[in-house]
Amino acid sequence: MSTVTRHVLDNGMVILLKEVHNAPLVSWWVLYRVGSRNEPTGKTGVSHWVEHMMFKGTDAFPPGSLDKAIDRMGGSWNAQTFLDYTAYYETLPSEHVDLALRIEADRMVNAKFDPEEVDSERTVIISERQGAENSPMFWLGEELQAAAFRVHGYHHEVIGDMTDLETMTRDDLFGHYKQYYMPNNAIGVAVGSFNSAEMLEKINAVYGKLPAGEPIKAFVRPEPPQMGERRVSLERPSGSAFIQLGYHAPSAKDPDWFTMELINSLLCGPDGMGGGGIDNKTSRLYKALVNTELAASVDGSMIATVDPFLYLISLTVRDGVDPQTVLTALDAEIDRLRAGDVTEAELNRAKKQARALFAYSTERVTTQAFWLAFAESFDSYEWFENYVSRLEAVTLEQVKAAAAKYLRPQNRTVGVLIPSNGDGGDMGYDHEDTELEGEE
Amino acid sequence: MTLLTTKQSLPGSHNITRVELENGIVVLVYENYAAQSVVLTGSLRAGSQFESPEQNGLASLTASMLLRGTEHYDFDAINEALESVGADLDVGGAIHRTNFSGKALAEDLPLLIDLLAEALRRPTFPADHVDRLRGEIMTFLQIRQQDTRYRAGRAFYETLYPDTHPYHYSTRGTLTTLPTLTVDDLRAFQQKYYGPHGMQIVISGAIKAADAVEIVRARFEDWRNDDQPELPPVPAVDLPPRTRRVDVALAGKTQSDIVLGVLGPSRFSPDFQAAQLVNSVLGQFGMMGRIGATVREKLGLAYYAYSSVDGGYAPSPWSVSAGVNPANVDLAVARISDELKRLIDEPVSESDLSDNQSYFTGRLPLQLESNEGIAGAILNMEIYQLGLDYLVNYKDTIMRLTSADLLAAARKYLHPDRLVIAVAGPAGN
Repeated sequence: MSTVTRHVLDNGMVILLKEVHNAPLVSWWVLYRVGSRNEPTGKTGVSHWVEHMMFKGTDAFPPGSLDKAIDRMGGSWNAQTFLDYTAYYETLPSEHVDLALRIEADRMVNAKFDPEEVDSERTVIISERQGAENSPMFWLGEELQAAAFRVHGYHHEVIGDMTDLETMTRDDLFGHYKQYYMPNNAIGVAVGSFNSAEMLEKINAVYGKLPAGEPIKAFVRPEPPQMGERRVSLERPSGSAFIQLGYHAPSAKDPDWFTMELINSLLCGPDGMGGGGIDNKTSRLYKALVNTELAASVDGSMIATVDPFLYLISLTVRDGVDPQTVLTALDAEIDRLRAGDVTEAELNRAKKQARALFAYSTERVTTQAFWLAFAESFDSYEWFENYVSRLEAVTLEQVKAAAAKYLRPQNRTVGVLIPSNGDGGDMGYDHEDTELEGEE
Repeated sequence: MTLLTTKQSLPGSHNITRVELENGIVVLVYENYAAQSVVLTGSLRAGSQFESPEQNGLASLTASMLLRGTEHYDFDAINEALESVGADLDVGGAIHRTNFSGKALAEDLPLLIDLLAEALRRPTFPADHVDRLRGEIMTFLQIRQQDTRYRAGRAFYETLYPDTHPYHYSTRGTLTTLPTLTVDDLRAFQQKYYGPHGMQIVISGAIKAADAVEIVRARFEDWRNDDQPELPPVPAVDLPPRTRRVDVALAGKTQSDIVLGVLGPSRFSPDFQAAQLVNSVLGQFGMMGRIGATVREKLGLAYYAYSSVDGGYAPSPWSVSAGVNPANVDLAVARISDELKRLIDEPVSESDLSDNQSYFTGRLPLQLESNEGIAGAILNMEIYQLGLDYLVNYKDTIMRLTSADLLAAARKYLHPDRLVIAVAGPAGN
């Protein structure tokens, strides 16, 4: 039976509460229904940059003061921006939860976006992107998404395109904040050691008085159907070749999502749910590609999204192997699945794995609160509560039908990264004894 | 239900079951019924410290091979047993020790311990798997050769520690040494160094302590290796006479990663906690401490910039890491160096001290929320001989420290004119 209670404040803010008394902690999340999918060209990366600006102070909490206040209490706080959402949280000893409630209510309406702070953060954001660019897989993922989505906002990375990071203005950021940050576009979730009635009263006292904004008209452009396989290839300095495949996949609300989650488990091993994952050495693609010494690793992911996104398979090609050989072997496995070669025993095993991974995810209040907020944002918190039973209900016939429907070559984009450096990428060491500025 | 609100409810001698088996294995169990899962962690005395530079990677490859075939299970059977119930088990070689960790639903703990015993005691090192794994590791090493963070870290260690010191080397080995390691080398290493002396197993989760101890006893009590060597002493090492900088140039990169630092304390050092508090002021507390405030917030130079004190068996790095635009490397290094100087020039203020003390003591509930957090803390208490009441007494230990203690630790370890600086990034900067 569900232990979550759901409430809607007068201003439209959705509140979910779940008491967990294992440790004297509370995790408080506020999730806004806006992410990189809502960003038009020219403002890619704005959701993520706004998330950074939310840590830059309000009149009540000057910049830096909260980092210290939360650390002093032994808590943690952070935020994350994703395709469909931007979310903030504090996990604190229970007696300090009032501070968490005040922080999120305050910055929902009072964030300053000081122009100097915007400029200083621009270089931090660019540095974050450059750090990601140092990894060849980042470039491959970015190219693959752009090829798979011609129209929909899923076509760019959450971090945004470099040109937009260089040119976006303070007003662009502030406009995004004003458009999307309001109680009627927010979900608040508390999980931890508290009394639900008292907690709801506290939340209502702090958030109930915030004014509702205009109904959200989110920027979304549906992706037209794909009409044939797309291929992208990149050449970058890299220690090995990489392959990534993206099959257009169902949204999280679609019942097929759970079927595809099990298909991913069969092909690549089960996805972890924030409580630690498990190995994938018995998965079909590990056996077909890693055991045969074609690939050094294989990984798959079905991401829960508002609109149909991608089922992604990523491969590290083993040194000296032609990526095309890997793709041929991979296609043989996909074809086998599409032909309906799955057993009940295999499916039951995937279901037991999911049960274990779900149990691991319930060890921490932070993970539980995240999942409730996330699930509520694309469907309902019950999506998470019923995650295991929904997987258990998937039949062999549904697996065969979904494999035939989604794992078609015409429905996918294939990305290959070829190392361009030969041996020239490593220019070696340069040692020097040095004196620092101002010494001696 | 465990409420970590009082001293009595923290893991301590009153609620940790500690049993030493006849052969020397120490079993520690903490009952936690918060979730249906159980976690195990532990280690034994068989790290890369026992390998020669020519055989760099031997301890790690040995550990990574253990779950690829044993007397009673082949590779497929091991993985089928684990993965079919959603369990996980890993063994990995570190410098002084080989570590293991696992996770399962509580009902599957016997399976986890069965496989652990098989792996540690009866590995077969099938030759085809040695070659396969070696190839995978070499592919990843080649990828890491292009990773600026990894290369800056490696260059830092290789410069801070001479090639006569075990910390000079990566435990994973190199593209040169890995191809030379044979099945016989792995087997010999396992036979000589693996054994019950100096081994710990910690279990935390939804299981009765007495049951957990019996599960371990049944699979490990008859294990013997009377010739198991003691850990050799680690050679002493000194900082360079003046600051030494190493640059690694890589094609196709847009950001430079910096690791700079000095030799910090070992975990056994009496001033380890004082050094940890100084480090928190420097590069942790309140979003990465003074370094975060200067390098990230004030100057906007970096997405990440923080410091850490490793505190291992022997004096270990006290280092600062940052990722910056290549044009800003010198400025970032200069500002970080200024912050190090400030810590030895002026005592930490009373308010900074009390902030950081609250941070250290207040975060215990969060650190001990999960079975992993609890098991890791108990293993540390055992390995570093901190006593089972370390967490119970932790608050008193931290609150006793004064700003004079912190200044003494800063002056002992931080030498801004004798730093090792490693930078990996694009060529030409």
